[in-house]
Amino acid sequence: MLDPAQVDLSTSICGVRLPNPTILASGILGLSAEVLGRVARAGAGAVVTKSCSLKPRVGHPNPVVVDYGAGLINAVGLSNPGVEAMVEEIRRARQLLRPLGVPIIASIFANSVYDFGITARYISEAEPDLIEANISCPNVEEEFGQIFSSTPYVAAQVTRRVKSATKIPVIVKLSPNVTSIAEVAKAVVAAGADAISAINTVGPGMLVDIETGSMVLSNRVGGLSGPAVRPLAIRCVYDICRAVSVPVIGLGGISDSRDAIEMLTVGADAVAIGSAIHCRGVEVFGEIVAGLRQFMAEHGWSSLDQLRGRALPPAAAAARRSAAHS
Amino acid sequence: MIPCMSHVVSVTEESRSVRTLVLDTAIEAEPGQFLMVWLPGVGERPISIMDPDPLSLTVARVGPFSAALHERKPGDLVGWRGPFGHPFSLKPGRLLFIAGGYGSAPLHFLAKRAAQAACPSCLAIGARTAEDLILVPRFESLHCSIVLATDRGDAGYHGYVTQAIEEHITEFDMVYACGPEAMLYAVAQLCWRHGVPGEVSLERYMKCGFGICGQCAMDDKLVCKDGPVFDVEQLRGSHDFGHFTRNATGRRVPL
Repeated sequence: MLDPAQVDLSTSICGVRLPNPTILASGILGLSAEVLGRVARAGAGAVVTKSCSLKPRVGHPNPVVVDYGAGLINAVGLSNPGVEAMVEEIRRARQLLRPLGVPIIASIFANSVYDFGITARYISEAEPDLIEANISCPNVEEEFGQIFSSTPYVAAQVTRRVKSATKIPVIVKLSPNVTSIAEVAKAVVAAGADAISAINTVGPGMLVDIETGSMVLSNRVGGLSGPAVRPLAIRCVYDICRAVSVPVIGLGGISDSRDAIEMLTVGADAVAIGSAIHCRGVEVFGEIVAGLRQFMAEHGWSSLDQLRGRALPPAAAAARRSAAHS
Repeated sequence: MIPCMSHVVSVTEESRSVRTLVLDTAIEAEPGQFLMVWLPGVGERPISIMDPDPLSLTVARVGPFSAALHERKPGDLVGWRGPFGHPFSLKPGRLLFIAGGYGSAPLHFLAKRAAQAACPSCLAIGARTAEDLILVPRFESLHCSIVLATDRGDAGYHGYVTQAIEEHITEFDMVYACGPEAMLYAVAQLCWRHGVPGEVSLERYMKCGFGICGQCAMDDKLVCKDGPVFDVEQLRGSHDFGHFTRNATGRRVPL
């Protein structure tokens, strides 16, 4: 047993240091600079803003998020105040986060490959530490057609466009709703992605009111998140970590330190948390960090390297380690 | 929780623009909490609880959703999920309820609890005209003393309710308020100035209702989960309270 104080939980994504590997997932609470500051004070190692687009979007009409018992189903519809307003929020957030040593990740999306580039260039003015390209929201299919991460070819096109528009490292967020997430991961890495985050929500699913026969969500269908999707997320992140050696942010249904450790064990460099905030509040970050520290101390591990990727084939784990330290 | 469906028992007209819907259910809730009320095909909005037993919702017609809610007839179905949010905390002592218009709805639920606890209470209610002073008889039947104020001067004090009550505020041990934010800001200033503890119930555009979407952010607080009821001490030094809200896209805009 190690002294928990000797455990170093810091991690690095594309050269950006996180004091610990927990991240606020995109789409959760990430609208206001002050709320992002609160999440950081609660213990998050990094925060991701709500995805923003060139123009403001109202999103879908309510109801947009419902707890269906085993998790959440949502079709918020990418509501956001637009990139111009988000640049201001990110600037204010950076002032609040810098003293805490907590980096900020700006999430962007667009309805065309071309607009992805413009949005990436625009958001870069706010100087976020990292940019996350959300190419995998399942809730706007009717509007935008098939999601960008559905095929390796289109996912790579978006990645290339975003990379050419900014000098800030780019994380590409992938959808689990594909035949092979590993193939999409390889394609975006070949196109220049600096890191990958996975998974976005699963589905879409549908919820029907049995009294009236009405769809509960106004969008009729929505993405699933929360505990029910965790084993799927673990499998996806495992597949990605075997396929590529760039940093991976694992997310999907992580509720406590055990779940976070499981995600790190399949190779994730950091974990993001979203739906769990519904039941556990923003305090969930502090709880996960404390539980992770305790687990590492009990196993005599002082660095996350000793925990990370234990479930991976040894060759894949070694390849990821050497890439991380090169 | 997925929405529950309840039948409408009655619809009562409180004023030209406000109606009370009584549903065929009773719920466990605390005063100040709200429900996300759902009309399939129309939408879903946060609505405060006027009475939990039978579940009663007092709704002002402000847009298409509330207009559709007003048109419900006995026997129609209305969906709801909740209750959500941080409630009022009932303190022993002399209680002052300050309502702006239909802000009297959640305060009625609180006044009912106060009456059960035998706390002496007073309702100070302000509105544009005499007709907009709603739910007053219900408070009278709970033995609340009543102070009225109207902008037009056709009932009670001619002016703001906060002006009507200011000289009496130190006679109370606790102030509870619900109404337009400009009024709540004036109430908070009264509390701060006179050293009287108080709680105010705020309103913001909400989406999830349970603290994850961030749409209702006010400073570093979430109105749906940390509120809608806040202690006025929590609001001291706030940048947003009384000044800024967020529109449907989440953009921070002047109130």
